[in-house]
Amino acid sequence: MKRTVFWGALAVTAMTAGAAAADTLSEVKNRGELNCGVNPGLVGFAAPDANGNWAGFDVDLCKAVAAAVLGDPGKVKYVPLTGQTRFTGLSSGEVDLLARNSTWSFSRDTDLKLDFAGVNYYDGQGFMVRKDLGVTSTKELDGATICIQTGTTTELNLADYFKANGMEYQPVNIDSNAEGEQQYMAGACDAYTTDISGLAATRAAFADPENHVILPEVISKEPLAPAVRHGDNNWGDIVRWTLNALIAAEEYGITSKNIEELAKSSENPEVQRILGVTDDLGAMIGLDKEWAKRAIQASGNYGEIFAANVGEQTPIGLARGLNAQWTQGGLLYAQPFR
Amino acid sequence: MTEVPLGAEQPFRLSMLVYDRRYRSMTFQVIVFILVMALGWWLVNNTIRNLAALGKDFNFGFLFQRAGYDIPQRLIPYSSDDTHLRATIVGLLNTILISFMGCIAATILGVAIGIARLSNNWLFARLMAIYVEVFRNIPLLLWILIIYAIFTDVLPPPNAYRGDDPQWSMIFFDQVALTNRYTAVPAFGMSNDPGTIDLGARITVNLALIAFLVVIIGGWIARRAILARAQAIQDRTGHRPVTWWINLAVMTVPSVLLIWYFGLHLLAPELKGFNFSGGNNLNNALVVLWLALTLYTGAFIAEIVRGGVLAVSKGQTEAAFALGLRPKATMNLVILPQALRVIIPPLISQYLNLTKNSSLAIAVGYMDLRGTLGGTTQNQTGRELESIVLMMLIYLALSLIISAGMNAFNRSVRLKER
Repeated sequence: MKRTVFWGALAVTAMTAGAAAADTLSEVKNRGELNCGVNPGLVGFAAPDANGNWAGFDVDLCKAVAAAVLGDPGKVKYVPLTGQTRFTGLSSGEVDLLARNSTWSFSRDTDLKLDFAGVNYYDGQGFMVRKDLGVTSTKELDGATICIQTGTTTELNLADYFKANGMEYQPVNIDSNAEGEQQYMAGACDAYTTDISGLAATRAAFADPENHVILPEVISKEPLAPAVRHGDNNWGDIVRWTLNALIAAEEYGITSKNIEELAKSSENPEVQRILGVTDDLGAMIGLDKEWAKRAIQASGNYGEIFAANVGEQTPIGLARGLNAQWTQGGLLYAQPFR
Repeated sequence: MTEVPLGAEQPFRLSMLVYDRRYRSMTFQVIVFILVMALGWWLVNNTIRNLAALGKDFNFGFLFQRAGYDIPQRLIPYSSDDTHLRATIVGLLNTILISFMGCIAATILGVAIGIARLSNNWLFARLMAIYVEVFRNIPLLLWILIIYAIFTDVLPPPNAYRGDDPQWSMIFFDQVALTNRYTAVPAFGMSNDPGTIDLGARITVNLALIAFLVVIIGGWIARRAILARAQAIQDRTGHRPVTWWINLAVMTVPSVLLIWYFGLHLLAPELKGFNFSGGNNLNNALVVLWLALTLYTGAFIAEIVRGGVLAVSKGQTEAAFALGLRPKATMNLVILPQALRVIIPPLISQYLNLTKNSSLAIAVGYMDLRGTLGGTTQNQTGRELESIVLMMLIYLALSLIISAGMNAFNRSVRLKER
């Protein structure tokens, strides 16, 4: 008799352990907190300030999702993950959402069992060198020592690029951006390579940013995308459409300033649907009517988030470029809310 | 006193499983066995369920896919076009290399310091005590990071060696350059290169290396034969022939002849382009890790050696002195052979520790097994479970091999009871 109870309990434990991973939305709601995987320190994208408050482009996406799901952008637990630990962190359930400048690639989407919720930053891999090195093109880097974050797509691109161009290089494998910065500053590597946005953010944190130059060649496509676990489609939808809401909000001129006013006065049916004035889109993804409104209120629309964290007015000074709206010649194109 | 034959007449009752001594131990063993099996079953079942929930399977096919990344320091040829399996082997060889170098250096350092701590010189002994306490009481990872930071920030980039009036100049007769990337040391060049033989899998060995190995091992065997003969003559006649110059000749002359025949010379590293080339560049990751592992493990070995020497009673020394043995002979013939029996078993543990600690290599980007299979490969393929299981098996096998080897050595030095 006792043994039956024991086996029964075992089976139940095993089943709950299996089932727990399946419904992220109710798990997050029960927990009252969103676990968000972020970069351990990349100024402009995700970095804690002097008081330990996280800020940045990726952090604002975490906040928007938390606002949509839990109604409070502050209810986020930021989990810093390195290039090596990020996907394990996500698939093991340590985080619900990975908003950590990670490239959307075929094998990650399929073999690693991730789902990418849409591109939030179109990036490419570049190289940064000291100005006094006199190098003006990546083609002149034959024989150079190059700092590279291990476990990234950039590591693979680097190997491919130098091979394709018949050049040699010495990799210095590093574990995090901070370590890369230290090695590069000490001259332990001639060049530092990662996504251009990351290079710009790293350079902005230097004491002498004017002495470093980002070479003009972009050697890869790096569509950076927030990721969730494969298999929980509803949770994937929530993240995808939260991102879409931020992008669409910029397209339709919804900002954190005028959002209340637009919710009352806007005659545009699309705006009304996004803000939950007319249709109840939220119910279709297990949320309430005003989910998107709260997401936009958290840190503003995509344009506001970009400008506040990495835009031209910040020390990082990234231009919108590919990350402009499709109406402005960029690639941002939110699917219709309908 | 009457003895009742237990159980002969009593019928078997369930309570006897607990109260009857004949069954009790069996009962508990069965219960523990069932619990252990249940725990194992639960772990395996839970893993399978969760993998299924994630839509993942368990297979090692990824090992045969293209790796796509480069490895800076390697003992066998490797390029990004090779498979993850080869990358794993490159990492494993790096682990073995650092462990081997570390064990040798830590043993030499540890023995020296352990004996120095017993010195009668007060200051010297205290300095050694400070070394031991400092190194064994601060975590290894911190030592690795501290030494790495020193190498990175104190040593110059290769650029500092450039120009007519460089800030830094090469040391050891312009043969060695210390930089914050690597230590550039000379390579061996041969004017009469005998070529290489192919061992398969793109691994080649230079014939000259084989020739040197043969000559050195041959010299060693010849020396033993000469010593054995000398011993035999001594036993027979009581007079030992002088052998030192024959031994010296057997050990050195063939090597010198080979050096002359192959035209062996040093190739000094030269600064070309961004980096030194022409010589061998020992990556700082390797040097730093080697230093840190040596200094850290050396402190533990020093204590083991000190303990081993102290374990031999003072009477032994006094007896040896009374027989007229000099201090050096006393140490070599009386103390050390007895101390080794105490030293070897904990020394095995230290070697195993060092081997496993070498997996901290990731902190300095040294691509060992943890850096290749457990790092980039695992990350690029998303095969966490397979990679970790394989890594555990490899480390286990490595440790068992070291244990087996050292245990064999231990058997050869332990007290022979006849």
